[in-house]
Amino acid sequence: MSKRSVLRWLCMAWILLGFGSKRIAWAEEREIGIGSKSFTESVILGEVLSHLVRSTGARTEHRAELGGTQILWQALQTGEIDAYVDYTGTIREEILAETIRQGTKIESENDMRSALALKKIVMSERIGFNNTYALGMKRSVAERLSISKISDLRNHPQLELGLSDEFFERKDGWRPLKEKYSLPQTQIKVMDHNLAYRGLEKDSIAVADLYTTDPEIQYYDLVALEDDLGFFPVYYAVVLMRQDLVTRAPQAAEAIMKIQGLISPEVMSGMSAQVRLDRRPETIVAGEFLNKQLNLSLSLPKEGPWANLSKGIQRILSTTGEHLFLVLVSLGLAILTAIPLGIIAAGNETIGQTVLGIVGVIQTLPSMALLVFMMPLFALFDMGIGPAPAIMALFLYSLLPIVRGTYSGLKQIPAAIRESAEVLGLDAKARLKLVELPLALPSILSGVKTAAVINVGTATIGALIGAGGYGSPILTGIRLNDLGLILQGAVPAALMALAVQYGFALLEKRIVSPGLRGT
Amino acid sequence: MFEIEGVSKSFGDQTVLHETSVAFEPGKSTVLIGPSGCGKSTLLRILAGLLAPDTGRVLFEGIEMTPGNRIPMRHRIGYVIQDGGLFPHLTSAQNVGLMAKHLQWPADRIRNRIEELAELTRLPRPALDRYPTQISGGQRQRVGIMRALMLDPPVMLLDEPMGALDPLVRYDLQEDLRKIFRTLKKTAITVTHDMGEAGFFGDHVIMLGQGRIVQQGKLEQMILQPANAFVTQFVNAQRFPTLNTPKESS
Repeated sequence: MSKRSVLRWLCMAWILLGFGSKRIAWAEEREIGIGSKSFTESVILGEVLSHLVRSTGARTEHRAELGGTQILWQALQTGEIDAYVDYTGTIREEILAETIRQGTKIESENDMRSALALKKIVMSERIGFNNTYALGMKRSVAERLSISKISDLRNHPQLELGLSDEFFERKDGWRPLKEKYSLPQTQIKVMDHNLAYRGLEKDSIAVADLYTTDPEIQYYDLVALEDDLGFFPVYYAVVLMRQDLVTRAPQAAEAIMKIQGLISPEVMSGMSAQVRLDRRPETIVAGEFLNKQLNLSLSLPKEGPWANLSKGIQRILSTTGEHLFLVLVSLGLAILTAIPLGIIAAGNETIGQTVLGIVGVIQTLPSMALLVFMMPLFALFDMGIGPAPAIMALFLYSLLPIVRGTYSGLKQIPAAIRESAEVLGLDAKARLKLVELPLALPSILSGVKTAAVINVGTATIGALIGAGGYGSPILTGIRLNDLGLILQGAVPAALMALAVQYGFALLEKRIVSPGLRGT
Repeated sequence: MFEIEGVSKSFGDQTVLHETSVAFEPGKSTVLIGPSGCGKSTLLRILAGLLAPDTGRVLFEGIEMTPGNRIPMRHRIGYVIQDGGLFPHLTSAQNVGLMAKHLQWPADRIRNRIEELAELTRLPRPALDRYPTQISGGQRQRVGIMRALMLDPPVMLLDEPMGALDPLVRYDLQEDLRKIFRTLKKTAITVTHDMGEAGFFGDHVIMLGQGRIVQQGKLEQMILQPANAFVTQFVNAQRFPTLNTPKESS
């Protein structure tokens, strides 16, 4: 293949990818997109919004469990989702941070509302609860020691604290809290949030950080201590919605706003408890609540072991399809790009070192950072969330092993063989095709194999930006502390990695010359 | 046929070949001989177009060799190196036929030519379908020679073609090679450091020392009328086993 025809192939593949994703985007244009973050409360609220939209007869898609505030905010701005629930504290700290730095004063919720309006985003009234950090204790212990507010802790310096990593490090977390209240406690264990609940139950710790709407507060009979000095910022839940939805789908926009004032802290943590502790699907919990509260008649999916089983099978099939799509497309593009790059790199030492350096640096970028970096680029083509940026990130990660495999495969060819081909009278193109590439093939294949295996593993992060794949059940499983669900993603991913290994062993047998395999 | 005019070559500040001119006699076998580093391999690589000379020019069939016309010229030059330089991913037959196939010879013409060459170089038929790692060193060398002869070039360049072979195999192959050169009337240019081989192959022997031609002609002349002390030294440096017959006890 000449350099030009390689280039032509490459362009075609990229254009196809572009059209493919674009076509998907068109198909979904009429739907109203709802987003949610990757924790249970957010997913439940996403389901509430979806049901509300659906009750008007409009079609909706819930892009559940996206990776974080930045991803949702970007998706909202680019129109890939139309609404999601966020918290006033987060809006101030993360979304409007830049606006505040530029000198705009954001004090009240109305200040936020007008700052967001400039960005063509509507902020609703409060949904009805404040989900902020609190310090919590077992009710029986708190009563015995007569502790009801955080400042009461001053009198009990011997108490042991179990704090989550994030709370311990945050700039509105443990250290400033300790300073503000002059807390004397020194015995602090940093531990996983879920373990902290068990620690409270077993009395191995006395105080832990909580979210005020955690269902575990009811389940373990805990009390959240009153923040009597007003240290914690408020995190009132509100809807963020695109302004244009009001004109594009006025009924849906109106329905979404029905959530204002609808959900009290008790109702929120009750719904979370049904999902996290009773393992009921978010969509049913949210739907039942709306049917009762607003007298809607939403039809909800069935529950029960059979329904769960068929849902499980369906999930494995669809996530396998999505995962394969991510891996195959990104790997295919990487092969088409990296082999020519490797050939060029092997031909010229300066270019070679530059190319290897660049793809090496790409490899060291954290996957999450790469994804967040890709999103705004793809947002320009309405593909900010979904498979496209994930494929791009996987493609970039696949480059190094394949470029390096090609480069070192070509470099390892002995000078005598190279010269024999030259003196025989083969031109450069024919030497590459007939001699050099076949000799480098084992090394190229092992690079592609490495890339494929890495890809199968890394593709799981695609779930963070709504690309689907085995990452989705893993993400949900982690969120719900559901080992079965985690395994539904992890086991097939491991099997796929094994299948890739095996497939490449077969391929190697078929296409590598027996003369290169020794005797 | 093959001529060099005022050719020289340096690597860094070391001159490996001082300005040299030679016309190689068509249809004859010329041997380049000398110690390591004398410039004989450099000269051969310049003839093959693997190295560009710093000065002077290489004429092939009266035409100056340039990067532009090098490829068609190479089809008329066969090149053999130590251990054959075979492509390990191809069988013997594929190695021999590679260039012809690339030039789109019909398959049966390729097959017939390979048969003919196997006959000529006395390569056992089963070796044709084996890969280079699966055959002996002598067979590899014969396949290398077949590959060089495939397009029936008028000129053969051989760089220490026997270097990797044991004495018995070498002896046979030297016989075969000389026969091939003589019957096919090839212009052969062979690099070696072995006096015996030079005398056996060479209609004409060129001795190089320190990047210059020190003497040329018949090997006997070099032994009987050495041009200088260097030639004497090189000739005398060839060691033959001395035979001590044990004394009979009476």
